[in-house]
Amino acid sequence: MPSLKELRGRITGVKSTRKITNAMKMVAASKLRRAQSQAEAARPYAEAMGRMMAELAAASRGSDASSLPKLLAGTGKDQVHLLVILTSDRGLAGGFNANIVRSARQLIRTLQDEGRTVRLLPVGRKGADILAKEYPDLVVERVAGTEGRDVGFDKAEYVGKKIVSMLEAGEIDRCTLIYNRFVNAMSQIAIQLPLVPLSVAENDNVDTSADAAQYEFEPDEATLLANLLPRNLQVQIFSALLESAAGEQGARMTAMDNASRNASKAIDRLSQKYNRTRQANITNELIEIISGAEAV
Amino acid sequence: MPLRIEIVSPEKRLVDRQVDMAVVPGMEGDIAAMPDRAPLMLQLRGGVVALYEGDKIVDRYFVGGGFADMGAEHCTILADSAQLMSELSADEARDRLRDLETTWAQIEPNDVDTHDRLSREIQSVRAELEAAEGGASV
Repeated sequence: MPSLKELRGRITGVKSTRKITNAMKMVAASKLRRAQSQAEAARPYAEAMGRMMAELAAASRGSDASSLPKLLAGTGKDQVHLLVILTSDRGLAGGFNANIVRSARQLIRTLQDEGRTVRLLPVGRKGADILAKEYPDLVVERVAGTEGRDVGFDKAEYVGKKIVSMLEAGEIDRCTLIYNRFVNAMSQIAIQLPLVPLSVAENDNVDTSADAAQYEFEPDEATLLANLLPRNLQVQIFSALLESAAGEQGARMTAMDNASRNASKAIDRLSQKYNRTRQANITNELIEIISGAEAV
Repeated sequence: MPLRIEIVSPEKRLVDRQVDMAVVPGMEGDIAAMPDRAPLMLQLRGGVVALYEGDKIVDRYFVGGGFADMGAEHCTILADSAQLMSELSADEARDRLRDLETTWAQIEPNDVDTHDRLSREIQSVRAELEAAEGGASV
């Protein structure tokens, strides 16, 4: 049986752990609100961009696939896949990063079994650490995450440009983004979103009937498309980064809430043990005294 | 005022209001968005978006390139970056221009893509600088 002093030490230890997890939960909760409002603020741009993309894609649908930009139509091959994997920079967020890595691992295995070449572009330290250990030859570059700060558009811009330059150089044929979509504070879903070739959502709002006024384009639609596509790619990455940031805070909040609750339970258990031990000690001492007195 | 104008940057929506007319800086010249115009998709250069109520300019925004989607009742501007004119800083723009020009001097002469991109960026920052300096006197 542990001594009273040991038990007291452990109770203090667990109590200070609970203080930390509780504080982390509070911080995550306020960061979550921030991340959510940031994600909301970015939505109008992404929506307007989606509308324009749908119009443009509809306008250029008739043309020959080989004349379309690679970002829209792909390279025509299906050999080298680039996976962009968004994780957090910090741990203590429950299954947040493990989920993504598991999803990535599955996709890598499927692609490799089909004989395709896989390359990885991890964003965020946690995922990069794990993947670099498992697949050291596949990682193209490690991109630092946001380190818990607000997500800036420059990060999305950088990743987008990197993808475009690899595509233009013929180093990759396809590109998929793996990230956590924020559902609510309790759950995030790992999503695999194909970035190249682009999947334009069939937009019901686009009126394709003949009497709808035809769009004019300035400059011509090919140039406009060529300029809009990289931007659209960046916007998609940006909204994924925002979702992922909100998801990270949500996951951390839930994980820390669980940890605090576990700590409270452990404290209860230890206190009970402490009290019982103390009582047993007192009883023992009494017995010794009484039996000593009786012996005299 | 039947024309709804929106100016959105990747981070947030800056403007969402009704105006009579908006003049936007198109790649090939300024274009006015007015009610009942034919739908147009436009690439923007760095320049000033002016919002009109009647004949008066009520607000000016500087956009650093982007796209515009105009229709009969709306004009949506997707700006790479956007700022209220009164918030522009000439000093900051001057610094950025200097940085860009240093990069310009260093790039390979046959790197056409970088050339294109940089010249567009430089033009945009020049326009911003001009707007910031001119804006102070208005």
